[in-house]
Amino acid sequence: MARNIKKRVLPGFGPSLGFTLIYLSLIVLIPLSAVFLKTSTMTPHDFWQAVASPRVVASYKLTFGASLLAACLNAVFGLLLAWGLTRYTFPGRKIVDALIDLPFALPTAVAGIALTAIYAKNGWIGSFLEPHGIDIAFRPAGVLVALIFIGLPFVVRTVQPVLEDLEVEFEEAAASLGANRWQSFQRVVFPTLLPALLTGFALAFARAVGEYGSVIFIAGNIPMVSEITPLIIITKLEQFDYRGATAVAAVMLVISFVMLLVINVLQAWNARRYGRNV
Amino acid sequence: MTGVAATFEARAHGAAKFEANAATRDASWVRFLVLSIGLSYFLIFLLLPLIAVFAEAFRKGTEAYFAALVEPDALSAIRLTLLAAAISVPLNLIFGLAAAWAIAKFEFPGKNFLITLIDLPFSVSPVVAGLIYVLVFGRQGWLGGWLGEHDIRIIFAVPGIVLATIFVTFPFIARELIPLMQAQGREEEEAAVSLGSGGFQTFWRVTLPNIKWALLYGVILCNARAMGEFGAVSVVSGHIRGETNTMPLHVEILYNEYQFSAAFAVASLLALLALVTLVLKTYVEWRARRSAQEGREQ
Repeated sequence: MARNIKKRVLPGFGPSLGFTLIYLSLIVLIPLSAVFLKTSTMTPHDFWQAVASPRVVASYKLTFGASLLAACLNAVFGLLLAWGLTRYTFPGRKIVDALIDLPFALPTAVAGIALTAIYAKNGWIGSFLEPHGIDIAFRPAGVLVALIFIGLPFVVRTVQPVLEDLEVEFEEAAASLGANRWQSFQRVVFPTLLPALLTGFALAFARAVGEYGSVIFIAGNIPMVSEITPLIIITKLEQFDYRGATAVAAVMLVISFVMLLVINVLQAWNARRYGRNV
Repeated sequence: MTGVAATFEARAHGAAKFEANAATRDASWVRFLVLSIGLSYFLIFLLLPLIAVFAEAFRKGTEAYFAALVEPDALSAIRLTLLAAAISVPLNLIFGLAAAWAIAKFEFPGKNFLITLIDLPFSVSPVVAGLIYVLVFGRQGWLGGWLGEHDIRIIFAVPGIVLATIFVTFPFIARELIPLMQAQGREEEEAAVSLGSGGFQTFWRVTLPNIKWALLYGVILCNARAMGEFGAVSVVSGHIRGETNTMPLHVEILYNEYQFSAAFAVASLLALLALVTLVLKTYVEWRARRSAQEGREQ
């Protein structure tokens, strides 16, 4: 009797779980399954035609290449920024810290047109680069710039709490054993940061692969050159090629699921190391 | 994406601790190099775009700026954006509370899988998020025939925009509440119930005060995304001026018509919303940290 009371003393299990499952199914699971059900009605030949035509393959290369490069750059510079924000005091630190989250709060379309304005030939940075023969807007490089913008906070915000929580004692021990600062960073700090850094990298990459709003303004959207995969889906939809659009969407969804799995594994590793979820 | 629950303890120490300690203090040239490279990157990729929005918006003067904002199509876009947020945020709030209550206060199999499923919309491309509703409710979709017979429009109409917005903002509140409520356990609620408090009363008097900052944090982020969503909404909107255009879509139309100043004027409202979001978010983080410290001291 006493044990029974202890077990289910709180009310509302049925309604709360029931509502959760129904809402989740109606909004997310059933609509998502439509992608796979629609794809399964296609013949393998049609499917292959839709997802492996040269134009679509060129878009995969651009999307994944630019996302990978942007995530790598963000991992390096995001780590520097996170280090600067946690280890040094400097004027305006709190403002910089708050603004790091700007890409989470700024609508992607706004980011897209603003980046285009800056990096176009007559823009603040574009006009500076043009004499050197460097074009960014309306080129694949423009895609990279947009993906850097949206990915940066993922790296900073996963690395920063780990850096802040790092016990000073480890570095003190390293110093007392004769390590210089670089050795202490390389051997003590960096290995501790690595799971968080990889998680941030994976989050930035996953976000970049699906990104649409900030990219399409700056990319120029030239088929085979600067056309990203999400735009291929939109283009196919506008031509009423629902099957083709769905097939490409199915490919992107499978990749999202794989990324989600990778991120979960990385976060579990991270949590084991620090005893909490980042 | 770090939750408020995870960060509130961490920020308390500050950088001064590391600078004061010889073992964690970097040489001044390292400090200079790290800060100048890191902050340049921040300036070029984050700060300049924000400044550019306002600079471009006022390029043709304040008169043109306000004219772009009070134009009927702009006003109707603002109304639709507010409507989409006003429906999707409360629904996702109720969902977040229900999911967190079920997950944090009870044991059942498949819990971790459920948490992963709740996070799923974050990893789906916004374009795919829009597409799935076209497949269900579009003219050729599962329910297309039935909806057509009954003259109900979902795709290329307001309900589609609301649905797409709900999808992309789906996990925001739940993912703030679940880890926090799991960490808080259920002793306080169990004590209240065993003293004769009803379920709703327990939630209102015991649970809610414990989670209010995380809840607010989730609502702020959820609202920012709901008002700013572009890709998913773009697929289901049909871009009918004055009817199915949200603010981000209106920005796109103006931009593609080479009305740059007007596009940036509407964009500046969204940038303002982003700044307000960041200020509120910073404030909530600070309050959450303070109440966590008070909780520890007691």
